Amino acid sequence: MEIDPFIFRLSIFILSIFIGYYVVWSVTPSLHTPLMSVTNAISSVIIVGAIIAALAEGTGSIFDTANIFGFLAIILAAVNIFGGFLVTQRMLAMYKKKKKDKK
Amino acid sequence: MISSNLLAIFYLISGVLFILALRGLSSPESSRQGNLFGIIGMALAIGMTIFSVGNFSTGFLYLIILLLIGGSIGGFIAFKIPMTAMPELVAGFHSLVGLAAVFVAISAFLNPEVFNLGSPGNIKIASLIEMSLGAAIGAITFTGSVIAFLKLRGIMSGSPIIFFGQHYINLTLGLLLAGLVFYLCKTQVDTWFWTIILISFLLGVLLIIPIGGADMPVVISMLNSYSGWAAAGIGFTLENTALIITGALVGSSGAILSYIMCKGMNRSFFNVILGGWGATDKISSDKSKEQKPVKSGNADDAAFLMKNASSVIIVPGYGMAVAQAQHALREMVDALKKNGVKVTYAIHPVAGRMPGHMNVLLAEANVPYDEVFELEEINNDFANCDVAYVIGANDVTNPVAKTDPQSPIYGMPVLDVEKCKSVLFVKRSLSPGYAGIDNDLFYRDNTLMLFADAKKMTEDIIKSL
Repeated sequence: MEIDPFIFRLSIFILSIFIGYYVVWSVTPSLHTPLMSVTNAISSVIIVGAIIAALAEGTGSIFDTANIFGFLAIILAAVNIFGGFLVTQRMLAMYKKKKKDKK
Repeated sequence: MISSNLLAIFYLISGVLFILALRGLSSPESSRQGNLFGIIGMALAIGMTIFSVGNFSTGFLYLIILLLIGGSIGGFIAFKIPMTAMPELVAGFHSLVGLAAVFVAISAFLNPEVFNLGSPGNIKIASLIEMSLGAAIGAITFTGSVIAFLKLRGIMSGSPIIFFGQHYINLTLGLLLAGLVFYLCKTQVDTWFWTIILISFLLGVLLIIPIGGADMPVVISMLNSYSGWAAAGIGFTLENTALIITGALVGSSGAILSYIMCKGMNRSFFNVILGGWGATDKISSDKSKEQKPVKSGNADDAAFLMKNASSVIIVPGYGMAVAQAQHALREMVDALKKNGVKVTYAIHPVAGRMPGHMNVLLAEANVPYDEVFELEEINNDFANCDVAYVIGANDVTNPVAKTDPQSPIYGMPVLDVEKCKSVLFVKRSLSPGYAGIDNDLFYRDNTLMLFADAKKMTEDIIKSL
């Protein structure tokens, strides 16, 4: 019998949890705030779902309710992606400055 | 247009890049490269998704416009936000992820053909369960984060809101959600779907209002975790590996941070979530403590003590963030260093309103990160230190946590500040800290209280140096 593709996705999910577990424990406590802002930015990869939903031409028009929810999700996720990565960059740059100071 | 197999490969690459982004944060040197990996991963996922849809008509134009609008709002916020406001910014961003997850779930529910989930009224059962879970967790994340944001911003009082039967109501709502998901799968009636979302919105509010201000580090980490699980739920619905991988990473990251924060307070996760610390224990410590003598001093005394010390440990807390005293603090330390004093910083895991809050503020004030130490690294050094300068911290220095089993904070890891030869404690008054208990440290012989605003006092000390 063929394996349900769901099982493959579940396997990916469970293994990713373990990867996340070990990777995050190795994050230095002084970078916990950037960790939160960067995880926030990457979780906005949900935008790919929003893009597919928004650009769908299921019922002929792209201004179907389903599409509009997709477009709304795109804006929200875009705020997060740009905001999250940029603010992380800004924070990390401050940590960088120290190193130059020391040299 | 690219094939879905190729697209899945690109999503996998994005997932790997996201893992490297988190991995980079293991040290400040590698962190910026890590962030770059994250950005590349995101650009790849978005770009390839657009190619795979291959629809470059009007919709594409709107997509670009909306990306630009959202992007410029996000960019603007990222550059304008002061570092002291980082906790509320992160809470605000979490709410957006939550709401986006809800919207995508709604969209998938209304137009399931796009994602090959069946047709409206006849959606695959597995997909229905996945999308209701994604939508429910997303909705809880949204309203929960909004409440956290309002509390952190000070728009809403930070004190816990508790009413009778609160936990039972939450439990009932939780069970109701499970029942509704079951009925939705059985009947495919869309009313149930909307009800699930509405109840989850309500549940998000109810879950966060009983949690007090100083427990915010746990709440923010928890919502961080939820936003990940919501993304993973949507990932299962849309059969999208990029989302599943990322959701799992973010979910476990938030869970670990919550765990670290709870351990920093010696409280169980459920104890924090059920809330109400400080509200119940306030009475327990009202023992005529006013009669105890307190030594108080002024900036000149403090400057004299620190100038003649050979080593000083700074203990910053949330009060430093409120007073925006980090820059003044750094100037004071510079002046001390010129006098040949060795200065280090000691940071308690739950200092501030989010994990790593103090580290970011000190980094902003140009404090080198190798002078900043975590509790376990530095706690033994207090015994050999001349002066501890406690600025804006309180409960995390309270020796009662080690000595009095009756105390609500008993067993909480604290900084052994009292072992220093002398302690300078900057505080506006003798009022108790968040836990509602008196700090024994105030009345020690080696403690000198400096009653003033943290920033003002630090500036005065600089003048006296």
